[in-house]
Amino acid sequence: MCGIAGLIHRGKSSNVGSELQLMLQALKHRGPDSTGYALYAQNDGLNFIMRFKVGENVGEGSTSINEDASVYDQRKKLVDRMLSDLGARIVKEDRLTPYSFRYEMKYDQDLMEFSKKIESIDSVEILSIGKSLELIKDLGDAKVVSDRYELDKVHGTHAIGHARMATESGVDIKSAHPFWGYPFSDVSVVHNGQLTNYWNNRRVLENKGMRFMSECDSELIAVYLAEKMRNGASLEEGMRDSLTGLDGVFTYFVATKDSLGMAKDTMAAKPLVLYESDDLVAMGSEEIAIRSILPQEIDTYDPFDGEVKVWQI
Amino acid sequence: MSEKKTKAQSMGLHTEVLTGKTQQKFFNPDEAENFYYFGTHDVDFNKRTEIDVKDMDCKEANGKIDELMSQGYGTIVIKNPQGKHSLGVGILNKLNLIFEGSLGYFGCGSMDGPIVRINGRVGWSCAENMMAGKVVIEKNAGSCFGAAIRGGDLICKGSVGARTGIDQKGGTIIVGGDAGAFTGFMMQRGRIIILGDVGINLGDSMYDGTIFIGGKIGSFGSDAVEAELTETDIGWLKRKLKVAEIGDNFDVSKMTKVVAGKKLWNYDALEPTEKKGAI
Repeated sequence: MCGIAGLIHRGKSSNVGSELQLMLQALKHRGPDSTGYALYAQNDGLNFIMRFKVGENVGEGSTSINEDASVYDQRKKLVDRMLSDLGARIVKEDRLTPYSFRYEMKYDQDLMEFSKKIESIDSVEILSIGKSLELIKDLGDAKVVSDRYELDKVHGTHAIGHARMATESGVDIKSAHPFWGYPFSDVSVVHNGQLTNYWNNRRVLENKGMRFMSECDSELIAVYLAEKMRNGASLEEGMRDSLTGLDGVFTYFVATKDSLGMAKDTMAAKPLVLYESDDLVAMGSEEIAIRSILPQEIDTYDPFDGEVKVWQI
Repeated sequence: MSEKKTKAQSMGLHTEVLTGKTQQKFFNPDEAENFYYFGTHDVDFNKRTEIDVKDMDCKEANGKIDELMSQGYGTIVIKNPQGKHSLGVGILNKLNLIFEGSLGYFGCGSMDGPIVRINGRVGWSCAENMMAGKVVIEKNAGSCFGAAIRGGDLICKGSVGARTGIDQKGGTIIVGGDAGAFTGFMMQRGRIIILGDVGINLGDSMYDGTIFIGGKIGSFGSDAVEAELTETDIGWLKRKLKVAEIGDNFDVSKMTKVVAGKKLWNYDALEPTEKKGAI
């Protein structure tokens, strides 16, 4: 059982960092192990924002191997050197925790090759690349992660997030959601459910050059959609295809620079409650997530089995 | 054999030998007072009060409802439920309960007797295991609506999610809008009325019971087949919809009736709630 939440403001921006934190905190009972945010922020759009980590959070509850913090500095130096070799120019860099970083940079070459090179450095994982996407995930509940990364200051148009209860893989950042839609900038996915044809799909996709960073079945959705889009499908086409291509039970959200989508499997085995108005769409695994930002009486509904919806900002 | 037992049997209430104190206590017709559960309250429907549960968790809110019933309140209005889970569960008492807002999961579950009106939406598994009473939802409902109910009327004026009436053992579920996949999944008794469309696998693995559909059917599940709609059915549907206050002018004669295609069940004894209704 995990909790997912998402919202999109249409025609305006808002403090999506705070809003998503409230929604995910309301779903804490569905997943206390880790929390992740994909926030689509009001950036200038001139530079790429790369969020990456050079190690794991080895705090209480983590299943990761404890490392000496000094290795983080060594890995960061290797990343900086690789960026320079690739022709990327760092405009601004922030160290958010000993193991995670946010870089603003200029880069105009192929993102797939770029990502492969950066991630060839031991234990380095790109959490996201995009011009508006800020993907943050770490151990702890929504408030803990929000406070750690100061997400209450992030304004933007839309966001998706995930409160994770680890079931099929470890309690670590690499298995936490959201997943970046590698190699596409500004694509992220969160998922509630279990996929039963993970390994079959993974083998096929890896043979096509796609990369997996974890053994979490949810990562498959991001990679699956990214591969469809790489071959020319629209986001909605990829999502509709996933209803038959992915086996198991799932409700997932996917977000791009200017859109937010949801898909529900054909058995409707995983919950989702949706609120939709002219200027706001909010959805979550439980109604209390929506009520955390809209306490007044509102009309909500459960999307039906096999339903796919995409909204634009 | 005692006289009481003979009388009960002569009424056709049970032919099996009831064992266990609980069953004897609930279904002996000569001890009317024993049809009320231990700890229930004598309430006055004209005695009305309101509580705001905005800052309460479900345990506090349910405890407050019980406290008010113990004070004789027979009509209780709950303000600001705001999607909280498990509100109004386990009420084994006659009561008018009104929720001014929406409920989360498991709302009004395991209840026996109250009349509930929810002026909002409900989440998954509303009224699960209801024995008797009536629940009316003014807006939409989530999945597993009326899971395993044994009696009573469960009415949703909007649309409901998947697996409505899963494992239903009695009672009636009425939906004014559409219903999702696997409606009536493994239902064993009772009736489901859907005025709108239903998703795939309608009545999948149903043992018994009857489903009436007013709109389009995504597909039939295993063991579910269409049956002839009789005049008795039409009369019953009209009465039920009138009582449920939905489907004004709805032409019930065009509904599709769905029943189990195979005899998968092997039971003859009445459900406890049916015995209770007979009394």
